[in-house]
Order: sequence, then C-alpha cells, then structure tokens
Amino acid sequence: MASPSTHTAHHAPEGFIRKYIFSVDHKVIGIQYYFLGLFSVFLGMSLSLLMRFHMVNPNTVVKWFGTLWPTAAAGGIMTPELYLSLMTMHGTIMVFFVLTTVPQSGFGNYFLPIQIGAEDMAFPVLNMMSFWTTFLALVVMVAAFFVQGGAPLAGWTAYPPLSGAGPLTGPGEGMGQNLWILSIAIFCGASLMGAINFIATTVDLRCKGMTLMRMPLTCWTWLVTAILGLLGFAVLLAAGVLLLLDRTVGTSFFLPAGLYINDHIIADHKGGSPLLWQHLFWFFGHPEVYIAILPGMGVASQLLSTFSRKPIFGYKAMVYAILSIGFLGFLVWGHHMFMSGMNPYSAMAFATLTMCIGVPSAIKTFNWIGTLWGGKIHFTTAMMFALGFVSLFVTGGVSGIFLGQPALDLYFHDTYFVVGHFHMIMGVAAIFGMFAGTFYWFPKMFGKMMNETLGKIHFYCTFIGVYCIFTPMHYAGLAGNPRRYSDFSNVAYLAPVMPLHHFMTYAAYFTASVQLIFLFNLVWSMWKGPKAPVNPWNATTLEWTVPSPPPFDNFAGVHPVVYHGAYEYGVPGAATDFIMQTDPTVVPSSGH
Amino acid sequence: MGMAASLTHDVYQGPPPPLDPGWGGGGDDSEGRGAERRASFTGLFVGLAACTMVFAALTSAFVVRRGLTDMNEWVSIHKPPILFWNTGILLLSSVVLDMSRRALKSGARTKFNVWWSGATALGILFLVGQAYAWYQLRQAGMFISTTPASSFFYVFTAAHAAHVLGGVAALVYVDIQALRLRLGPAKRTWIDVTAIFWHFLDGLWLYLMILFYVWG
Repeated sequence: MASPSTHTAHHAPEGFIRKYIFSVDHKVIGIQYYFLGLFSVFLGMSLSLLMRFHMVNPNTVVKWFGTLWPTAAAGGIMTPELYLSLMTMHGTIMVFFVLTTVPQSGFGNYFLPIQIGAEDMAFPVLNMMSFWTTFLALVVMVAAFFVQGGAPLAGWTAYPPLSGAGPLTGPGEGMGQNLWILSIAIFCGASLMGAINFIATTVDLRCKGMTLMRMPLTCWTWLVTAILGLLGFAVLLAAGVLLLLDRTVGTSFFLPAGLYINDHIIADHKGGSPLLWQHLFWFFGHPEVYIAILPGMGVASQLLSTFSRKPIFGYKAMVYAILSIGFLGFLVWGHHMFMSGMNPYSAMAFATLTMCIGVPSAIKTFNWIGTLWGGKIHFTTAMMFALGFVSLFVTGGVSGIFLGQPALDLYFHDTYFVVGHFHMIMGVAAIFGMFAGTFYWFPKMFGKMMNETLGKIHFYCTFIGVYCIFTPMHYAGLAGNPRRYSDFSNVAYLAPVMPLHHFMTYAAYFTASVQLIFLFNLVWSMWKGPKAPVNPWNATTLEWTVPSPPPFDNFAGVHPVVYHGAYEYGVPGAATDFIMQTDPTVVPSSGH
Repeated sequence: MGMAASLTHDVYQGPPPPLDPGWGGGGDDSEGRGAERRASFTGLFVGLAACTMVFAALTSAFVVRRGLTDMNEWVSIHKPPILFWNTGILLLSSVVLDMSRRALKSGARTKFNVWWSGATALGILFLVGQAYAWYQLRQAGMFISTTPASSFFYVFTAAHAAHVLGGVAALVYVDIQALRLRLGPAKRTWIDVTAIFWHFLDGLWLYLMILFYVWG
C-alpha cells in the first residue's frame, strides 16, 4: 500500500504585504477574488436599485441624484442617458467582476489545489498577477463613472455603432467607453493568465491516485470553465482591440459608411460591419454564460451529494455532460443574433444546436434529482442554496428553450422576457451557487461556522425575492415590454404592466435589503462564529482532511494519496456513511 | 441505498487500487521538479492555444471584412520588400536557437551562450526590421486608417510584434541567467519553453506572410 509521503514544507511568507496583499498563496488569492466580487456585487446591485427606482418614479426629484450627477441628473431627475449608463455598468460589473470572478477565480483558486491534493497552483506568481490585473481592470471600469461624460451607454455587449462612433452618440461615449474597452481588455488578460494556471494545475499537479475520474465535479467544472475562458476571452480581447482602434485611430472594422448621428454625418468611417462585432462578441459571450454557471453546477453537485448522503447519481454522465456543455457552448452564439438579418437556414442550424445543449443540461438536472431521490437529506443552509440553484437553473433554462426558437425570438427579442430569462439562469442561479459555496466552504476558509438561522432567513427571503423580481419580467416581455428604456409611464399599451413594474421594484428593494443579513452573517461569523472542526459536513473530498483554515502549503508537508472517488457516501459495509478519498481502508464486499 | 451506490458509482472492494501513473494522478513525479516541468509545458501549450485564438479571431474579422468590400473597395497595399528579409532573420534566429540548445545538450556551455545571444540579437533585429517596414509604409502615406487592408496589416504585425517582444524578453532572461552561470536544471525548462514559443512565433509569422501576400 502506498502511504502519504512527506517532504519539507514550503516556508510561509512573512510580513503583512507578502502574506495578505501581494501573496502568491492560492488561498489568499482566492479570498482576495471573493472580496473583490463581494464589493462588485453590492456595487452592481446598487446600480440596479437606482434603475428600478427610476423606472417607476421617472419624475420624482431626488436631490442627491443632482449632487452625484450634476449634469446627468440635473435638478435631481435622472436622464435616459444616465439610466443607460447605470444599465451598462450594472451588466458589465455583474457579468465580469462577479459571475466570472467569484465562482471560478474565488472558490476555484482556493479549493482546486486542495481538492486535487496539490500544494498550490502551478504558477503562483502568475496567479498573483492575474488577481492584481483583475483588480486594475475593476479600477479602470469604475473610473468610467468619474470621467467627463460619465460611464458608457452601450450595454455590456457594447454593440457598435453606438459603442464605436464616439462622443457624438451620447455623454458616456467619449472617455467612458474608452475606459470600458480598456478595462475589458485588461480583464481578458487576467482571465487568460488564470485559465493557463487552472488547466496546468488540474492536468499536472494531481496527487497520487487522483485520477481524472476521481476528481470532485467542482474540479471538472473549474477545468472546463478555464478552457472556455481561454478560448473565449482571447477572441474578446482581439475584438476589443479592433473596437478601440475604430474609436481612437479612425479604422473601420465595425463602423459602416453614412452614419447619421445627432444631426451629424459621420464621414470618417466606411465599409465596416457592426454585425462582425456581434459575431466576435457572442463567440465569447455565449461561452461566458457557461463560465458563469458551470462552477455553480459543480458546487450544486458536490453539495447535493454530500447533504443527501448519497453518491452523485451518474458521475461519469455528469462529467460528459459538463464537457458537452462546454463544447456545444461554442457553437450556438448565433442564437443571440436571430434578429440581425441572419439567413433563416443559419438560424435553424443555431437553433438546432441550441436545443442540443438542452440534452446535457437535462442530464445534469435529472442526475441532481436522482441524487436527491431516497437520500437522507440534511437541510443545511448550504444545501438549501444548492436546491435553490437547481430550481432557478430549471426555471431559467426552460425560458431559454423559447428564446432559442427563431420564430419565437422574433417576438421576444429585446423584451423583458429576455431580461427575466438571463437573470434567472445566469444571474441568480449562479449567485445561488456562490451562496451555496460560501455556506459550505466558509468553515474551511475562515475556521468558523456561519450562523444557520440567519442563513435560512436569508435563503427564504432571497429565494422568494428573486422569483418575485424576475418571474413578472416574463409576463412583461410577453406583453411586448421592450428592455433598455428608462421610462414607460407615457406608453399607453404598457399601462397594464406598470403595476407589475411597481411590484418588481418593491421586490428588488426587499431582496437587496435582505442581503444585509448575509453580509452581517459573513462578517459576524468571521469573528464570533463557533470554531469549525476539520470536517463539519462529514464530506469526503480532500479539503476536509486538513485543518480549518488549511496551513500555508495545504497538507503540512504531507503528500496525500487518494484511493476513492469523490462521492463515496452510504457505501455498504463501511463503518461510517462516508469514506474519505484518502481513506486506505478496504471496503468489504457487499455482494454487488 | 446500497443499490444506488452500486448503480451510480464504482466502489472499491478489493485491495487499494494500484496508483495510476498516467496524467499526473499518480506518478511519483507528480511531486517536485518533474511535475513543475510538465506543468510548464502544459501552461505553454495552453498559452499558445490562447495566442492562436487571438489570431484566429483577427483572421475571421479579416475574412469577413474583406468579403464585405464588394465594388472593389478592397485595395491591396504595396508591402515593403524588407518583410522577406525579416522573415529570413526570424527563421535564422530559430535555427540558431536550436543550435544553441544542441550545444547545451552536449555540454558546450560557452557555445550555448554565444548561439543563444546570437538568436536574441536576431530576434531584436527582426523587431527593428518590422519597425522599418512600418516606417516605409508611413513614408508611402499608408497609415492604419488609410484602407481596410492597411488596417489589418498594422493590426496583425503589431499583434505579432507584441508576442515577439514577449519572446525576446524570455530570450534575454535566459541569456542573463546563462551569462551569470545560473543555468541550473530548473532553468532548462525555461530554455525549452522559450524555444518552443519562439518556434511558434516563426510559424505564426509565416502564416501571416501567406495571409498578406495571398489575400491581403
């Protein structure tokens, strides 16, 4: 029998700056990413509250609006342009600095090396650089609020000509849009560095016995997400550079001739194609959806198995489903462009491929239900959020089937139906994955337990709240309510949906308020929470074999050896209802 | 419960399974320098995939943009002949780089230093040559925004030059280590990774030359 070997442990860095600021320790970097995401999510959420407020109170004077934005909200009333800039920054900050950052770079950085039995990521210095580059990208993005003209208006998708034609198109389209593109380019660089690290670590640094098919599903999702990021962000980087050149040096990659904007004819450009941007953007943009959601799927799988005290149903099928989703994710970008004048045959091909993604997604969903079936379910807060993830994934996924049909999308395109759909699946489902991960791994990360009562209050309020915000959006979309407009109060045909908008706004206030419970629980538990044992959930994976929090080199100089798959719960003949991956005990035959 | 376990998951019921030596998850060298070296190569090839995607995206933009220009709007630019000299210099640098690696393998450290420094100098010379090509285009009144063809020429050559700059930085780093006699076994990985990256840049440049002269 192989036994864990020992070696000289890495020396932990000394001094505050090396230990906590410019740290090369993957755990510190993971926490840095987590808090960067936490700051960003509250910033992004505040912007959405301002938007929702304005939508139902378009003519209410708010003095501090005028103080904050003397031009864009002169006299305390928000202009439509300010609304668009809030929308752009809300989407961008949420997609890039929350959904891309926390599940992958936050939890992934912290737990991938430990779960595969490695001391650290493959390239620790590169890892540190990728965090600080992300930080720089966030600073540049937020700086767009403070330059002349303010933040850009073109949405997180930055479609030209609006994003390419310069300040004539609107107040935020000068320096604000330049900073936006620059920030995204920097973010792409950071994500590429991160992806290289994730892939090399997973491929080469697994400990003895940790074969690919014994990896926790979280590691599989982090690996596939890294591959998606690697291929997707490279394309966005190239597209971003071309857009910046169109804006700054007068090239015409995306800008056509004969643009007439705000009483001016744009004579500097000719021959470019706005659709070219859409193709390049969505080649990145659709995989980005999976970058946001795949790690949540990994966390949900891990938690459903742990808290049902059952092996994950169909481990191999889950792995192949993750790989299929990753692969197919690159073939469906055209379903974002059905309304662009696309050839109907191309649309049919994209629609068919889109439907194909339903297959691995359904496999995952059925396997989650199969895992729960007959299990001894422990309703911890972490488990509740994992169940909430499955619920939101199904709800958001089903509306995706409508949008994936060209004939239906002609109607739904650019309505609130789309907003409801992507917030359900890409927004709150992914965020529920993050909450689940937080409650599950907090004991390991900070050595303390979070408060379960507060956790459950937070869960129920949030779960009800998000459904109250985003379900009515589908109805508004069905009623023909377009997105991206700041004020519907004078639109006769939308008068019947205005009560819905009021309801959604109150639901948003409520849901945002209860996030303070989470914030309080997080901070309070860090200082005052009961001490966490090594393995509070009786889970099987390697992070639960080391102290909470783990030592600098994770395994205190010991190289772990793995003998089992990641989800050995309820094994017949075993002494306990779980077998740690590192447990060398032979399980007696149970006759199967 | 037991049924579910046996249906959905392999349960080990014999002695602890043999350690799989393949793909990291088991071999003795999943620890220490062997793993570091393998991870460096994996990281390199993954990085090359990212570089390839950047140029694939630019190429697809090029193909689409060229296809849009009906009515003969697309006008090929006159490319400076120095590009062929630059191509030769870049290819020569790769050859010299490999001679340098062979010298190291046979233990000829001084030769290694000379050849490696030579390859570095040729790399820098390539960049100077590229800058001169830009200068010539500028003299001919051909700027980045002049025509779609010139836009793509500048973008492609700049993107390639940015990668070459990274490659030259790595070459210089190895050179400094070698000249300071700090070329221990761990640095051998640097040598191999740098050389592979440099050869990749050759291939990329040849591809771009074909793109420029066949379609550009």
